Amino acid sequence: MESSEIYAGPEPHIEVHKYYPGVVPLAVVLSLVLQVFLPVHVSWANYLELPLLVTIYFALSKRNPSSGLLLGMAIGLLQDSLTPGTPIGLYGIAKTLVGYGGSTIGSRLDVEHPIARFMLTIMFYLLHHVIFALTKHALLNQQETYVTLPIFIAAGANAMIAVGFFTFLDRFRRQS
Amino acid sequence: MASIPSRQKSFTLLAGVVIAQVLLLAVQIRSAQQVRLIRVWTVEVISPVQRLGAWVIDRIGSGWGGYIGLRHTKVENDSLRAELDRLKIRNAELEGRAVEADRLAALLNFRQTHTTTQMVPARVIGASPDSGTQVVYIDQGSGSGIRRDMGVITPDGVVGKVIAVYPDTSQVLVLADKESGVGALLATTRTQGPVKGLGEPLLSMDYISNDEKVSVGETVLTSGQDRIFPKDLPVGTVTETAPDGKTPFMRIRVRPAAHLDRLEEVLVLLTTQELDPKKEAETHLAPAKSQPAAAKLPVIAQ
Repeated sequence: MESSEIYAGPEPHIEVHKYYPGVVPLAVVLSLVLQVFLPVHVSWANYLELPLLVTIYFALSKRNPSSGLLLGMAIGLLQDSLTPGTPIGLYGIAKTLVGYGGSTIGSRLDVEHPIARFMLTIMFYLLHHVIFALTKHALLNQQETYVTLPIFIAAGANAMIAVGFFTFLDRFRRQS
Repeated sequence: MASIPSRQKSFTLLAGVVIAQVLLLAVQIRSAQQVRLIRVWTVEVISPVQRLGAWVIDRIGSGWGGYIGLRHTKVENDSLRAELDRLKIRNAELEGRAVEADRLAALLNFRQTHTTTQMVPARVIGASPDSGTQVVYIDQGSGSGIRRDMGVITPDGVVGKVIAVYPDTSQVLVLADKESGVGALLATTRTQGPVKGLGEPLLSMDYISNDEKVSVGETVLTSGQDRIFPKDLPVGTVTETAPDGKTPFMRIRVRPAAHLDRLEEVLVLLTTQELDPKKEAETHLAPAKSQPAAAKLPVIAQ
């Protein structure tokens, strides 16, 4: 039985998706491992943001702002730890905000439709990039490009991958 | 169906998490001056508060202190003003005394240079209330040996003569009075003629023939003919000379040598004997008989 609802009413009527134990941590770890491993062997994998896709998916699905932002924070901090030369907290802040935003939107809109997922992924990818660049500029005083054509192309590519990836992760939802 | 936490709680949690991560970054990142960002931010947050606190304390302190200080300052100011007024009066008094001391010194010096001539120093203590007469009162009288018709001089020149004597006071008719006069002569030509008062600042020298050569600036001395003043005392200086068309005599005006309008200390001559300055080597003036006298009586250099 599908537990998602197309509903734009008050929050208490929105159902929150649940997953089998270990799915969320495993997804997080795998996304980080692949994010580190793939670019070594596949050059275009540099534009891939698997940890961000995991954050977006679970934020949209769980529809709980608190758990969404905490999950985003955890994923971002872990990604910072694995990124040499990056202070811990840069990705953390960006993914925290993405997780919060995704959970808030997921509780109000239909996020199951592939087109919705595609558009939301593009939006959150760009938001994530802007927040990251702003934080880097403000704290590290390093200039970073905000929105360019390659960034748009990367956002589109990640959104296309997200559609299939999100459908794959839907299999691990616990049926209520 | 699980309940969703309230928006406010989740937003608060979001803010807390983001702030925590920002602080985490601040601990790690160093500024251009190699100071951790967390220190820089902390100082930047605290320092305005410190400056505000210091400003408030300073304002309170200066206001309070100024108020108390001003209260004392007003009292002190009033006291200083009063003392200043007293000092101004005292200063004026001392200045007057200094000027008087100069005059008395001149007087003393004059007396010391004419020790053979008996004279009594006196102070002018009053004047006639009538503006039409030029009479002054001096603080010496018969008790000091003053008699009527004695001459009165200053080191600058002739003042007048005694017209009335009282035990401790005497009246002196000043040379500028209409009723006053003195026997005089021109210093250069030795032409004699009386000098009379006109009731005005200038004097008139009469009975000098139109044929005489009288020049402006010429000194007029006593002739000694009036038996009041010794000879060759300065009377004044010729300021104006012109022939009088109606008479055969010249119209001559003389400015008095003595400051008749500023008399304060005078000398009363107890004798009509010629004033003969000391003949010691320190004396350096020319003898009165043979040469014209200076505008001022000779003063021996100390």
